[in-house]
Amino acid sequence: MIDFGFGLARSSAVELDKVDLSLYKELERLEPGIRKCIACGSCSATCTAGPWSGMSVRKLILNLQRGKDVSGMLSACMLCGKCSIVCPRGINTRQLILSLCRIYDNK
Amino acid sequence: MDNKKILIIGGGPAGLEAARQLLRLGWEPVIVEKTEQIGGHLSRWYKLFPDMMPASELLEQLTAGLEGAKVYLKTRVAYMNRLKDGYSIMLSNGTGIQCRAVLIASGFSLFDASKKEEYGYGVYDRVITNADLEAWFAGASDSRIPEHPRRIAFVHCVGSRDLKAGNSQCSKVCCMTAIKQAIEMKERFPDSGIWCFYMDLRLFGKKYEDFYINAQKDYGVHFVRGRVSEVSEAIDGSLVVKAEDTLAGTPVKLNADLLVLMAGMLCNADTATLARMVRSEVDSDGFLRSRDNIYRINESRRPGVFYAGACTGTKTIPETMAEARAAALDIHNYLCGND
Amino acid sequence: MIYQGKQKIWSEYQKGIPSDGWFYVRSCIRQNFFPASEKFFLGICRDTLGHDIYETKHHTTCGGIAYHSDAIPQETAMTIVARQFALMKEAGYKNLVTSCITSFGNYTEILETWREFPELETRIREKLWEATRREFDKPEYVAHASDLVYKFRNEIAERAAHRLVDVHTGRPLRIVEHIGCHYSKMFPHKGIGGAEYPCVLSGMVESWGGEVIDYPERRHCCGFGFRQYMVKANRGYSLSNTHKKFESMEPFRPDAIITNCPGCPYFLDRWQYVIAEQTGKTYGSNGFGIPVFTYEELAGLILGIDPWDLGLQIHQVAVEPLLDKMGVPYNPGTKYLGLNEKDIMRPGLPSALKCF
Repeated sequence: MIDFGFGLARSSAVELDKVDLSLYKELERLEPGIRKCIACGSCSATCTAGPWSGMSVRKLILNLQRGKDVSGMLSACMLCGKCSIVCPRGINTRQLILSLCRIYDNK
Repeated sequence: MDNKKILIIGGGPAGLEAARQLLRLGWEPVIVEKTEQIGGHLSRWYKLFPDMMPASELLEQLTAGLEGAKVYLKTRVAYMNRLKDGYSIMLSNGTGIQCRAVLIASGFSLFDASKKEEYGYGVYDRVITNADLEAWFAGASDSRIPEHPRRIAFVHCVGSRDLKAGNSQCSKVCCMTAIKQAIEMKERFPDSGIWCFYMDLRLFGKKYEDFYINAQKDYGVHFVRGRVSEVSEAIDGSLVVKAEDTLAGTPVKLNADLLVLMAGMLCNADTATLARMVRSEVDSDGFLRSRDNIYRINESRRPGVFYAGACTGTKTIPETMAEARAAALDIHNYLCGND
Repeated sequence: MIYQGKQKIWSEYQKGIPSDGWFYVRSCIRQNFFPASEKFFLGICRDTLGHDIYETKHHTTCGGIAYHSDAIPQETAMTIVARQFALMKEAGYKNLVTSCITSFGNYTEILETWREFPELETRIREKLWEATRREFDKPEYVAHASDLVYKFRNEIAERAAHRLVDVHTGRPLRIVEHIGCHYSKMFPHKGIGGAEYPCVLSGMVESWGGEVIDYPERRHCCGFGFRQYMVKANRGYSLSNTHKKFESMEPFRPDAIITNCPGCPYFLDRWQYVIAEQTGKTYGSNGFGIPVFTYEELAGLILGIDPWDLGLQIHQVAVEPLLDKMGVPYNPGTKYLGLNEKDIMRPGLPSALKCF
C-alpha cells in the first residue's frame, strides 16, 4: 500500500440511532432514576475523585447514553456518596455506580 | 360621546375574554376579527398544558359568555381617527363606530418555519411545525406524518432567540409545547424514540418542570442540548438531523422519520399598521410598546388605547387571560373616570 | 422531497445579470487542473453563443488563494482586486465575471467590506494610485462564470449533440451537483438559489436532461479548505471530508458529479484514487470511480466537443463510463495525444481504482 503520509481521520460524530445502548438499557432497568439526569454537573463538581482522575457521574451517564464504554471511570470512584447528596433530581448515584459495576462484572 | 361601545381588535383568547368581562361590567364590546372565525390560534390547537384541557373546551367557555357582544368576522379596521374624547373608526365592511376606548388584542403570528431553509420545511416530505402537529392531533389529516414513525425529533427555538431571523426574544411556550407534544406522540407511538434538541430548556410555569421530569422518567424522551444545524433527506425519505451534543462536545446525527419544528411567536404582521393608526409605538422586539413592562402592560401611551395578550410580547394562555381581565378593568376605570 | 418547495426558495435567490459586456478573469489553478475549461467557457459563451466577453492577458491572481491561506492580509488582496477593476475600466467594461469560486467570493467580500467601510475603499484607491497610477470603478455586476452558463443553459440545450441521458435505456443520468463554498455560503443572496438549495448547477443538469441527486451531505464542503490541504499534517481532514461526501452519495448511485469551483472537482476526483488505495473502495460501478466534471466540461460534452479536446484525459477518475452512457464518441487511441498529436505520455495505473 502506498504511504501517502496522511489518511482518513476518525470521525467523532455520534449517530444517535445507531449507537449500542444495551449497557445503558440494562442499567436503566436496574436504576430507572438514571433517566432523570439533567446534566447539571453538581455530582462531578463535588466528586472526591473527579479532579485527579476525570471521574464524573454526569459524563458517565452521558457516555452510556451515547453508547460508549465507561469501565475506566468506575475504578476511580471512592463510593463516598457525596454525589448522591447533591443530586437535585434525587438520583441514587452511588447505587447506580454499584449496579454498573455489577453489570460489568457479569460480562 | 356617551355611547357604551368599546372596540376590540382581535377575536382570539385575549379579545374574547376581555369582551366577556366588559359585558359583565355593563359595556358594549364590538369585536373585529379578520378571519372567518373567532378563537385565533386556540381554534386550531388540540390540548393545553399543564392540565391537558382541550382547547375547544376553553373556547366554549370563552364564547359562552359573549351574548350581547357584536362580532364582525372577516373584517378589518380600515382607518381610525382620534376625536376629542375618543375614536372614530371605519371598518372594512363599511360600518362606522365611535367609541371612547379601543382594546388592541391582535395577538401573534407563528414564525414562518420555511425561513430557516436549513431545516427544509416545505422542502422535505417529513418536516412539520408545532402548529401542524396540533392540527393533526385535533383530527386534520397530514400525509407528512408516517403511520409508524420509528424516531421523532423536535427542534426547539425555530425563529426564536435568533438574531439572524430578526427575533431575539424567547417565545416562552415552545419548550413546554415540545415536551407536551413529545409526550402526546409517545402515547400514540409507544415504540418510537423521541429526541428533543434544545438550546436551553425554559420551563418556568406551574407544573412545567413536572412535565419535563415525566417526559424523561415515564416516557423516556431523550433531551440533547444542541441546536440543529441542518437537516437533509436520506435515500429512503427519512431525515438526517445534525447537531452538536454540547454536553459531550461531540457532533451527533440522528436519522428520524418525522421532524417537528417549534416555530416561535412574532407580533402579528397587521399590528404595526394598527399602531400607526393610533400613533402608538412598536417596541424594539416588534411587539407593541406598553407604558411600562411591569405595572402598566395593558396601557398604551395614547389615551383610550389599551392592550391585551400577545400583541405586547410572547404570552401563555393563562397570562393572556389575566391580561384580558386586567385590561377590561383598566378600560372600565378609564371610562368611569376612576383614575 | 417537495420540488415546489425548492422552486419557492429559488425564486427568492435569482440573479438579474446581463448577457453581455463581461470582463473575464481567470483562476490561478484551473488551467493546470482542468486545462480546457476556461478556454471552452470563452469558446462556448463568446464564440458559439456570441456573447460579449472580454479578457486581457494583463490580469493577475485576485489574491484570494493567498488570503485564504493566511499568506497575505486582506488589504493586499483588496489592492490586487482594485487593479483588476482598473483593467476592466480601461477596457471599457462594467461587469466582472470570474472563473474561480474563491475569486468570486473574494471580489464579493471586498465589495461588501467597502460598502460597510467606505474609508477602506478610499485608502485602497490611494494605494493603487501610488503603486500603479491606475484608477478604478467598482463593477456594476459581479458574476461567477457558472452564473452565465446557467443563464445560457437553455441556449446550450438547444444546440445539444448529446444529453445527460443513458442512450441505451433512456434513463436520465443521476448527477450530483457540488457548489464551491465561496459561491454562496458567505453571501447567500449573491448565489443563484441561495446557500441551502443552490440551483446554479442543478438548473444546468435539469436543462440538459439529467436528474439531480439531493443526498444528505450535499451541502458539505469538499474538504479542500486551503490550510487543510496545504499543510500535509492536516491533509487527512481534507480527505475525510471528501470521503464523508462519497459515503453519503453512494446509495444514490450517481453517474457523474458536476462542480463549479477550482478546488472541488480536483479533490473529488483525486481523492477517489487515494481512498481506493487506502481502503480498496471505489464508488462507481465495476471498480470505476464517479467521474467529476467542471460545468464547462459538461457543457462541452453536451455541445459535442471531443472529450480529449476538453482535457478529460487529465482526470484521475476515468470518464469513459459516462461517455459510453451518453453515447459520446471517443477514440481511446488518441486519449494521450496532445496538440498536434504530441505524445503527452501515459500515467501509471492505480492498484485499486479502475482507469484507462
